[in-house]
Amino acid sequence: MTTGDGVAVRAQQVSRHYEMGTAVIRAVDDVTLQIRAGEFVALLGSSGSGKSTLLNLMAGLDRPTGGAIFANGRNLSELNSLELARYRSRTVGMVFQSFNLLPRMTLEENVELPLRLAEVDRAERGGRVQEALERVRLEKRLTHRPSELSGGEQQRAALARALVNRPTLLFADEPTGNLDSATGESIMLLLKEIQQKLGMTIVMVTHERPLAERFADRIAALADGKLLTDGVKS
Amino acid sequence: MKAGDLGELALRNLREAVLRNSLTTLGVAVGVASLVAMVSLGVGLQELATKRLSNSGLFDTVLVTARRNVPGMRRPAANSSPPKAERALDDGARKELEHLPNVVEVYPQIRFPTEVRYNGSPYSTIVAGVPDSARGNGSYDGLQGSFFSGPKADEAILQIEFAKDLSEQTATLIGKDLVVRYAERQALAPQTGTGGTNGGANDGADGGFSIVPREKKLRIVGIVETEPAAGFGGFGSGRLLIPLEVASALRAAQVNDLRDAVRAPTGKPAYASLTVRAKSPSQIETIENAIKTMGFGTFSLLDASRSLRLFFTIFDALLFIFGSLALAVATLGIINTLVMAILERRREIGILKALGAADRDVKQLFFVEAGVMGLFGGILGVGFGWFIGRALTWGTNIYLHRQNLPSAHVFSVPWWLVLLSILFSVGVSLAAGLYPATRAARLNPVEALRYE
Repeated sequence: MTTGDGVAVRAQQVSRHYEMGTAVIRAVDDVTLQIRAGEFVALLGSSGSGKSTLLNLMAGLDRPTGGAIFANGRNLSELNSLELARYRSRTVGMVFQSFNLLPRMTLEENVELPLRLAEVDRAERGGRVQEALERVRLEKRLTHRPSELSGGEQQRAALARALVNRPTLLFADEPTGNLDSATGESIMLLLKEIQQKLGMTIVMVTHERPLAERFADRIAALADGKLLTDGVKS
Repeated sequence: MKAGDLGELALRNLREAVLRNSLTTLGVAVGVASLVAMVSLGVGLQELATKRLSNSGLFDTVLVTARRNVPGMRRPAANSSPPKAERALDDGARKELEHLPNVVEVYPQIRFPTEVRYNGSPYSTIVAGVPDSARGNGSYDGLQGSFFSGPKADEAILQIEFAKDLSEQTATLIGKDLVVRYAERQALAPQTGTGGTNGGANDGADGGFSIVPREKKLRIVGIVETEPAAGFGGFGSGRLLIPLEVASALRAAQVNDLRDAVRAPTGKPAYASLTVRAKSPSQIETIENAIKTMGFGTFSLLDASRSLRLFFTIFDALLFIFGSLALAVATLGIINTLVMAILERRREIGILKALGAADRDVKQLFFVEAGVMGLFGGILGVGFGWFIGRALTWGTNIYLHRQNLPSAHVFSVPWWLVLLSILFSVGVSLAAGLYPATRAARLNPVEALRYE
């Protein structure tokens, strides 16, 4: 879902400041960024540049201290806690660097979890889980626990979990950060495939410029909470 | 989140820390057990007292006299009615009383001194007439032998203390005969009215009466351990109990005959007093008021029974409070367990929120976990409480047996106590889960996801 102008997410003069005693940490400072529907955007920057904070703000996990973020034409700052939870549940899919699968649950149960939270009918869940796992080629590992999977498989499972509610926005925070380069590349290929086949908007945080240049449509570089460049692929 | 999913996730979480959660549930169970044991003890003692008093006939009977009040018995000013013209307590009045609503029976009190001869030796005692209705009212539950074979049987039931006077081996007395010597009242100028056929009425009120010594042979059919009674001054003080109809037919001179002989106001045969038995103690007040309206004096232990109910209500409340103390301690265990769970599952809460869980979902998840511990603790606690009660009764009965006293059920676990205890346990557990659940729901997902 997009606004009429084809923009999926728009950050408008967004700031996220933290107070640490008397000091003010400007994690994100006056950033304006537009992401078009179906676009694959990489947020590039070194550690502490504010890229993950900006991603969390766009994903509705955090609220800005200044400015506004519009997703699906709605200002996320104006949503109450329940509406924001619904936005995360139905519009957003999230992938993390450390996979964040629940270790005591099987793969099937992990992937089913967002469906439970979105109150999807029980009869429909099995098919949705199967479909998501097939998309990441893990349909034969339904009953395995995360500890029984390799790092790449765990990230693919996390990707299946992010896709199971059929979101329009996929936010990935350093999805290859915990993987070797070959496995990382396979995950990136998978992300690209998902973008192309499903027409999904993907925003990925990374500090690896080569990876961003190879797979992203556009790169937005951040440093010290500020947007340095937008759209440059060297 | 749907209730089914919430329940599944909560049970899964509880299983993950099975030892800690089991110990917490056990703590709740001990608290509920203490509560159930205390309250069931109170309920049991109340039932025991109520049963004994109900069997004694003190609470479902009204003593009716021709006078306004029974001498020597103090009545509260609020219950006194204004003086009315004195009315004779004769057979006509007895029939009227029998027709009052909720009256089961009306009978005169027959009690007289006697000399019993057994194995050639004399024993002084008091004979009391027992109405046939006493057969099923529980007064004779611990009876050794049997109740009278019929309302006109020449049979006797001995009170245990009197039986011990007759023989050390009391059981051997059953089936033996004894002779009762008594003073028969013979009218000098007999009346032809209905009262003449009733030994309870004062025959010869107009012309006076003479006293003739008589004897009556009776067969001992039972020995009763407790002292059964049926109203004030009834056969409770009798040591030798015989059927009321037999006692009535004896026309034995009673203690108050001389006094009543000169007091009869109408010249007709009259009773000194009548006992009116109601269907239940709750109807006593209405019946008593109706009798007063008829112009008779009444006395009942209505006020005493009210005080008894008040006493047990306060007693039960105190036991409930003391029993709840252990449950209060157990709630601290629940709070501790859930706060620990929040620390351990901080990251998981962050993941749930990132996947779309609302604050409400997280809160409900912790609530359900607290509720499940409360539910299982409650069910287990009721079982423990019941077991403690059984052990208490067992121990008490051993003690009573050593003291040569009859056994008693000192605890009772009624269904409402089972239900209330489980509901209370769940309620208290939910209250204990309120703080941890709120704290978990308020966790910032970004900070929670960073937690290692």
